[in-house]
Amino acid sequence: MKKTHVKTNDVIFQTVTKVVAFIIIIYSLHLFFSGHYTPGGGFIGGLMTASAFVLMLLAFDIKTVVNTLQVDYIKLTATGLLIAVLTGVGSFFFDVPFLTHTFDYVQLPLLGKTALATAVLFDLGVYLVVIGVTMTIIQTIGETE
Amino acid sequence: MFMIVMTLSLVIVAISTLLYVYRLVKGPTTPDRVIALDAIGINLIAITAIISIVLSSSAFVEVILLLGILAFIGTVAFSKFLEKGEIIKNDRNQ
Repeated sequence: MKKTHVKTNDVIFQTVTKVVAFIIIIYSLHLFFSGHYTPGGGFIGGLMTASAFVLMLLAFDIKTVVNTLQVDYIKLTATGLLIAVLTGVGSFFFDVPFLTHTFDYVQLPLLGKTALATAVLFDLGVYLVVIGVTMTIIQTIGETE
Repeated sequence: MFMIVMTLSLVIVAISTLLYVYRLVKGPTTPDRVIALDAIGINLIAITAIISIVLSSSAFVEVILLLGILAFIGTVAFSKFLEKGEIIKNDRNQ
């Protein structure tokens, strides 16, 4: 394949990415919050958020994305694991077995009567771990000398 | 009648996917294969939509948008590899 050394211009791709990345992130948040009653959950939500970040990595470069997001993905993975373990430990304060989850109906100002389950906090841990692990793998492989 | 129309459209989309698979196998250059893969992804979206209508379930609606996003990112990554030789750059200003 012929390699041209003309400086290429990705203006269409970069403009599309600026719009589409937000749509993917909002979709991933929708998948994350809909995981209790409909298909979705922390795993696929985290993968979709990571794919929005991957799209940004493709359109721009590692330096720009790292400077924009300012996230240390290894610390993000550790935070996710800590949240997941703490939701399990929290059940000890109510004299129930490890990882026992509960839910309650709460009147929220804008949403009305909503069922808030502690399983969402565990799912938040899964979400953060999936983002952290995926982005660590892709950034480590993508970094070339 | 409705099921006949749905089955017919499913068969048509399946035949179109098979023709894309022929292009994927036969395609003389790599860009031909990449575009065939992208179109197979779009056809998979159509198949998912028709199946979810036939099963009268809305559980697969998420899959449609998911396949669209994944087909887009995959095609973009392949095209960037074909054009520049590396998919993720360290610093694009160098």
